[in-house]
Amino acid sequence: MVIGHGSVDMSTQRHATTPMLEVIDLQSRHGRIQALKGASLAVRAGQLVALVGANGAGKTTLMRALSGVQPVHGGQILFEGRDITRATAGARVRAGIVQVPEGRRVFGPMSVEDNLRLGAFTRSRREEEEGLERAYALFPRLKDRRRQLAGTLSGGEQQMLAIARALMARPRLLLLDEPSMGLSPLLVDQTFETIQRLAKDGMTIFLVEQNAFVALSIADHGYVLEGGRTVLDGPGRALLEDDRVKEAYLGV
Amino acid sequence: MLSEFLQFLFSGLTVGAIYGLIGLGFAVIYNASHVINFAQGEFVMIGGMATVFLMAAGLPMPLAVVLAIAGAALVGWLLARIGIETARGAGVVGLIIITIGASILLRGLAQVVWDRNFHPLPPISGDAPIHVFGATLLPQSLWIGAALIAIMAALRFFFDHTRTGKAMQAAAIDPLAAQLMGIDIRRLVRLSFVLSAALGALAGVLVAPITMTYANVGVMLGLKGFAAAIVGGLGNPLGAIAGGLVVGIAEAMTAGYLSSAWKDVVAFVIILFVLLFLPNGLFGRAEVHRA
Ligand SMILES: Nc1ncnc2c1ncn2[C@@H]1O[C@H](COP(=O)(O)OP(=O)(O)O)[C@@H](O)[C@H]1O
Ligand SMILES: [Mg+2]
Repeated sequence: MVIGHGSVDMSTQRHATTPMLEVIDLQSRHGRIQALKGASLAVRAGQLVALVGANGAGKTTLMRALSGVQPVHGGQILFEGRDITRATAGARVRAGIVQVPEGRRVFGPMSVEDNLRLGAFTRSRREEEEGLERAYALFPRLKDRRRQLAGTLSGGEQQMLAIARALMARPRLLLLDEPSMGLSPLLVDQTFETIQRLAKDGMTIFLVEQNAFVALSIADHGYVLEGGRTVLDGPGRALLEDDRVKEAYLGV
Repeated sequence: MLSEFLQFLFSGLTVGAIYGLIGLGFAVIYNASHVINFAQGEFVMIGGMATVFLMAAGLPMPLAVVLAIAGAALVGWLLARIGIETARGAGVVGLIIITIGASILLRGLAQVVWDRNFHPLPPISGDAPIHVFGATLLPQSLWIGAALIAIMAALRFFFDHTRTGKAMQAAAIDPLAAQLMGIDIRRLVRLSFVLSAALGALAGVLVAPITMTYANVGVMLGLKGFAAAIVGGLGNPLGAIAGGLVVGIAEAMTAGYLSSAWKDVVAFVIILFVLLFLPNGLFGRAEVHRA
């Protein structure tokens, strides 16, 4: 196999190390406010990666830029090695990048089932039906409430619905923006158990959180975003022990 | 007494159904884009005028009607594609001003391409009046009522049972969340203009046998349709139809019992009243998506 040590091997090797998502020096503005000044990170297939940062650090702006609903003024987003910086929101969903937005944003005046079906908007009818079965198996509570208007669900149930709706699109990379927001500690635990369960089943997950402790304790890898820049990164547990993180985010 | 009242009621319901169809167009576009399309009346004009001139060119009426509606739909698509999409940064007020500009342009073009005269269209099935308790009802009024019911049923099916219809509801509720599902908002806005233009043109064809049609017919009809949409709670399709009937009946009763000079004032009094005292309309904006 000495002879085989050529370009083929090199390329498979490179392929194996290409991150699923790579963000390089991303910049984004809201009018005159520069919300992202250089965010760089990588998420590898099968990983659960968390990015933490204070309120206003630019987490939501980053997530929206990843989903193609926020203009990017510099830098690059690569998905499985392909440059998707200018791809439309729809193309990204079809490619497998699906987001659970901050504040859940379920379609309140529509039924639970309609919400789920809308999640499969980019998928075939058959995938829609299969997805619905999977969603109900994963969240039996949603099945009981499938005719109910989404707006009448409790906060925890709405978070379940928002996650289930995103799964309907068959994500390869699931983006979660502040999943703990507005939930009681008990529901935060439940939500993160769900996220961990998805990660165990092989889903690649990138989540952003203000709640650094819960996020970093389950993350394979973590990043810290400050003033629109990624300033620190490392294994989730290691970041939790980092003095700067402790001081700034854990109130220690 | 009864016959007089019935007569006014019939006339109010007939013209009210037309206002409702036009108001429906306002509601559909508003839901998709939050734009109030002041060129809605011009779709009505195009429907009537194009049918008149296609028939004058020798086409049979059914074909002329279909082509006129398709033509208006194309104009709606162009307005969305050129007027609305290229000016996305203009904000909602800017976009509304663009629709006002489009309406002036379309009226001018109609006068140049067609003419400045009044034109009748033949009613769908003759004009032998039907007598009901001493009042007379034109067959065209029945056609208008039937068309309104058919359109309502079709729209209900579209919004409640098709993927695109549900996507339109979702986009009206939360455009950002809809985009995150992969729903293309621009496509929906285009579709809403096409749909509204077709609805407006149909109204124009239906009303022309009663009121005649001309290049500026859309000015007043557009405003009455806007009144219908406001009364119904902007963005509430069923409300727009009910609002149209309210405006039409109020107008007919005013013309009948007071003076026809007051007729056009009624719609504006109603708009002012609703905007001042019932900002969500008589039927509520919250019902948007359930309609
Ligand atoms: N729609 C907007 N218009 C103007 N500024 C905004 C908008 N959204 C966010 N910002 C600003 O951008 C910065 C980053 O906000 P955001 O991404 O929401 O942060 P985070 O999600 O980390 O709390 C903040 O300074 C915020 O005020
Ligand atoms: Mg945020």
